[in-house]
Amino acid sequence: MLVIKNLHANVEGKEILRGIDLEIKAGEVHAIMGPNGSGKSTLANVLAGNEGYEVTEGEVWFEGKNLLELDPEDRAREGVFLAFQYPVEIPGVSNATFLKTSINEIRKYHNQPELTPKEFLDLMKEKSKILGMDESLISRSVNVGFSGGEKKRNEIFQLLMLNPKLALLDETDSGLDIDALKIVSNGVNIFKAKDKAVLVVTHYQRLLNYIQPDFVHVLYKGKIIKSGGKELALELEDKGYDWIKPELVEAEA
Amino acid sequence: MKKINEFQSTKEWYLQNFQSFEEKLNGDSKTFLHDLRKSAINQLAQVDFPNTKDEEWKFTNISPILKQNFIPAVSIGKKDFSINKEELKKYLFSGFEFYLMTFINGIYSDELSDLNDIPNGVTIDSLSSLLKRNNEFIKGKISKFVKSENAFNLLNRAYSTDGAVIIVNDKVVLEKPIQILFLNGDADKFVLSVPHNLIFAGKNSQVSVINLFASINNNSLHFTNSITEVFADESAIVDLYKIQNENDNSYHYEKVEAYQLKKSIFNHYNFAFGGEIVRNDINSTLDDENIETHYYGLYLANGKQLVDNHTFVDHAKPNCMSNELYKGILDDNARGVFNGKIVVRKDAQKTNAYQQNKTVLLSNSAKVNTKPQLEIFADDVKCTHGATVGHLDDTAYYYIRTRGIPSELAKSMLIRAFANDVVEVVKIEPLREQLNHMIFEHLHRVEIENK
Repeated sequence: MLVIKNLHANVEGKEILRGIDLEIKAGEVHAIMGPNGSGKSTLANVLAGNEGYEVTEGEVWFEGKNLLELDPEDRAREGVFLAFQYPVEIPGVSNATFLKTSINEIRKYHNQPELTPKEFLDLMKEKSKILGMDESLISRSVNVGFSGGEKKRNEIFQLLMLNPKLALLDETDSGLDIDALKIVSNGVNIFKAKDKAVLVVTHYQRLLNYIQPDFVHVLYKGKIIKSGGKELALELEDKGYDWIKPELVEAEA
Repeated sequence: MKKINEFQSTKEWYLQNFQSFEEKLNGDSKTFLHDLRKSAINQLAQVDFPNTKDEEWKFTNISPILKQNFIPAVSIGKKDFSINKEELKKYLFSGFEFYLMTFINGIYSDELSDLNDIPNGVTIDSLSSLLKRNNEFIKGKISKFVKSENAFNLLNRAYSTDGAVIIVNDKVVLEKPIQILFLNGDADKFVLSVPHNLIFAGKNSQVSVINLFASINNNSLHFTNSITEVFADESAIVDLYKIQNENDNSYHYEKVEAYQLKKSIFNHYNFAFGGEIVRNDINSTLDDENIETHYYGLYLANGKQLVDNHTFVDHAKPNCMSNELYKGILDDNARGVFNGKIVVRKDAQKTNAYQQNKTVLLSNSAKVNTKPQLEIFADDVKCTHGATVGHLDDTAYYYIRTRGIPSELAKSMLIRAFANDVVEVVKIEPLREQLNHMIFEHLHRVEIENK
């Protein structure tokens, strides 16, 4: 589904990603872990099309399409979804308006008819229930007056509503208490399917107790320095990141 | 339509023309208002129109307004504008009940107004009609609290013959708002519209007024020069909405002068859409304790529009609060000016005064000059002010687009989001929705349907 080859990216002239290679197949869950500043969020944002990041080298292919040539909205329409680390507030625009616009723009791109108001409402009801969200949230402005946890939950609600192919979760666990973490993870697990893929970007292992990854990659200074199965996450939880750093030194020596 | 050149300046023309104007006034020239007119024209002779050397007009060059001699509506003398009540609807805000007053070029039109079922204790009438009855109340109150007058104000007072007068007696709460349509312009004359409006809210009374300025047609050049005086007695609540939606060739000046007594609340909502040069002077004097004054403003300008809002809150007595939020969205070559003056006089201890001005520039050639002006002479006060100028938020723009929403629609959402905290304070819901619609219409942007 997603093939990343030798990806390099700069922010304000500074190189953050320094040659990422990664392949994600349909049905898989990948986790990117790493210390602060390693480039995890940058990777997620480069994939979603943030224009603040400059790709200097490499390729990204999504379902056979050159992802880097697409605007953020077209990436979304092709089926890439980023759950933001810091979701944005949009006063004056209700969740319902926002999601209806979003869904219908995506459907339009695929030559599908717009959802009827009834279909939309039913979909909202079904998905908000999964996340234990109050239906009144629907008429409230996007993320306005939401707590940090509610905003994260709303991101997963959007994920379920838009039902993309690839979900990128950027530090979705930060700021969540254990109950919220379970609800959000449950939402992601419901999203998971044979034809879907998930890339979880996280600093901590704790989210991975609930969203079980098939592969774990450690990102350090803009490169993947170690990959493994879900046991790697546990090892990192145990020992921190330092024990792999010397490995890197050795590799370079 | 050619310029009349035989006078040295437009001011000279306004001075000379006064005599022929007087001749058209008939009986009106014997009222007390005419004495005030004569005094105003004499003062105008001594006062120059402002120019950019004037600190209060530094960024607003009004010389285009003085290139043309605008003819007072009375002198044009035309009464029928072949517009009927049905056609009037396209100018009006709808979806709620209201009393309607219509002024064509500043002159009251009885046929186009609807003032049925006015409750006891409320007067909604035209200044001209009240003058005919030599209303003593008006005589005692008109222009009583006006502090200083510039040439525009004097021009208004010299030539004004009409305006809306609203008097709400003590303890009367007027449920329905009064929508006042000022429809301006003339097909073949450059017309001067000079309404003088008066709102008197008695003790514990409540009234809501919507002043809507519009043009009869899209390209006529006209000049609206209005004065609105507001008097809020003890514990009165006055909501005054102003929507400036005249065409983009026209010139517009208005002075709002509010005088407030104990525990009164004055809310002014100022929405500027149209006009080539628009200037608002909005003044409140808080001359007693526990008064509240709220100023909300939203100015949208594109093309070569210039919108200038000068506000002045005068805290004369202790324990009052004023809160001001002005926001602007400027596109193309539009210019914005905001000057927010707050004076806290020596006696006005425990004053809370807040002021915010935020402007978003949608183009690289749009420009705003913003200046807070705080003069504080009391020592126990809380005053804050802030001004920001920027572009639409990049992160939010990106966020919206990652949901598959195209860039133009994303910008519209951000415009709506930016304007929201000014629009949402509008108490009349259908008005709020129509204002939201006007934002997108005026900026030629894709509309967000928020249903």
